[in-house]
Formats: sequence, structure tokens, C-alpha cells
Amino acid sequence: MTRRAIDREDPDRLYTVTGGRSRAPEGALDLVALVVAEDEPAPGMQSEHARILQLCRRSPVAVVELSAALTLPVTVVKILLADLLDAGRITLRHPSSTPGPAQLPDLDTLKQVLLGLQKL
Amino acid sequence: MDSRSSDQAATVLGAPLRQTTRDALKIVITGGFAVGKTTLVGAVSEIRPLSTEEIMTEAGVGIDDPGRVPDKRTTTVAFDFGRISLNEQQVLYLFGAPGQERFWFLWDQLFSGSLGAVVLVDTRRIQESWYAIDRLEHHRMPFVVAVNRFGDGGPALAEIRDALDLDDSVPLIECDARRRDSAKDVLITLVRHLTRLREIVETTS
Repeated sequence: MTRRAIDREDPDRLYTVTGGRSRAPEGALDLVALVVAEDEPAPGMQSEHARILQLCRRSPVAVVELSAALTLPVTVVKILLADLLDAGRITLRHPSSTPGPAQLPDLDTLKQVLLGLQKL
Repeated sequence: MDSRSSDQAATVLGAPLRQTTRDALKIVITGGFAVGKTTLVGAVSEIRPLSTEEIMTEAGVGIDDPGRVPDKRTTTVAFDFGRISLNEQQVLYLFGAPGQERFWFLWDQLFSGSLGAVVLVDTRRIQESWYAIDRLEHHRMPFVVAVNRFGDGGPALAEIRDALDLDDSVPLIECDARRRDSAKDVLITLVRHLTRLREIVETTS
């Protein structure tokens, strides 16, 4: 289960997509940070950047969903998102939870989750 | 674009989040290989579970199957997830996280900011859950344990609690990961457990 399509691909693809960068920028994005496109894809834009803007055009999309839709590893998507963020083409809605190790969520959040689950 | 890519892109575009969604929460489902993590996620998710990959760090590569001839290609591990929109603003993501040691490097990312975890147990391979439970305790991540019953029989819950050396304060329940109501009960058990823990913190502080 650990070997997927990407392992059989030419590793050069990842190198090309990220322009040789292999590490996500500092202060890395959460997997479930929500991405909102603020701009249309521009002519001549790198195709992955354009795809991200298309995917996030109507509704916010989580980082991990972009990764699934593009079939690119999460780290690669984060690098692409940092480019778009720098260019002002996207905005982010960060999760309210504190990053890092376990901290119990507040009671109001838990109540909202419980209500949401009970509606299922 | 391969077919999985276009399928998954269609899922993302076909079932978008509400425009008003601002806050995404996480719960992690972990456990041994093929214990039903993705099945449980799929039973409650509003989208067909999606699969994605993360690049294995060097530390991870070192302990990835030592019997293999190392290759120079990028090594990735796959994980699955689904989601439940809770209300206009909040969405809950459910991640199926492999519990085995070689997936460690992924855990920090998955558990960062996570509400809590569910350990899914297959009674035929209880020992596969030990590692996940040990790691959760180490991370101080609150969790509940759900025994995925495949058909009838199997050891009683009390025996399983003993075999897992599980503290009495950790909820242990049975489930059928294929069934929506059962999977939903597992998640509700976790949220109630988290609520109790939080109330204890608030009354003692």
C-alpha cells in the first residue's frame, strides 16, 4: 500500500514541478489549511499553479484535497502554494486549532463537532 | 493526467466545501494494516475517501523495509481521508493513518492540531495496535479504542482491554466500520471522551 503511482514515475517530474526545491517553506501550512483563489489562472503560468487556482476558484479547498486532486505529494503542493501566496494569487484560512502536540479542544468546538456528527 | 488524478479532481470539484467554511478540524483514525481505517472513514464521509501521498523523510527511509534494495527514486507513503461538513463554518477531516513504525514521520503532520484519535483494532491481530497506542500515549494525544468486529465472535471487551494493557479511563467499544451509524457512534464516543477530559481540566484549573 505504500507504493503508488508516483514511485513509478520519473522523479524528474517532482524536481521540475518545484523548480528543484524539496522542502516546504518554514512555518509550513497545515494539511487542512483552506485555500481560496484570489485570481484567475494567467497565460504562461506553470500548469500546476493554474490547476490550483482553477480548483480553488469557487470554494475553499484544503491543502490535502489539492494534493489528492493533483496527485502530488503534500510537500510539493505546499511549495506550489507558497509561490501563489507570495504572488498574492491565493489567500488562506488557517485552522483555529493550535498546531503542535495535543492540546484539548475547547468545549464550544467539541459541542459543534458533536452536533455535526449527531446530524449524520 | 492519470485516471486517479482526474477521478479525485472530479470528487474535489464535484463536492466542494461551502464557501463560508473557515475552520477545518481533524480526527485521526489509526491502527494496524487493513484493519478498516479507510472503511470507517468512508462510512461517514460526505465524499468518497481520497488518497494522497507524502514524501518520506530520510529518517523514515532508514527504517522503511530494511530488506529492500534502496533505490534512488522518491519514496512516498499513501494515506486516505474523508470529510464531514459540520455547519456553515466548520468542516471535520478524518484521516486514516497507518500505525506502523515506518509511518512515524507522517504522524507529526497528521496529529498537529488534531482533536483526538481513534485506534481501530482487529482482534485477530491485536499486537498490531500496541504500537499505535504506545505512540498516542507518547504524543499525549487523547484517543478511544474501537474493536472492528468482522462477523460474530472474538474475545470479550474485557479480555481485549487486558491484552492491550489499556487504562480504564480510555473508552473501549465495538463497532462495524462498514456501517454509518456504527462509525458515527465511534466518533461521538471520542468527542464525548474529549469533552469529559476538557471538563476535568476546566474544573481543576
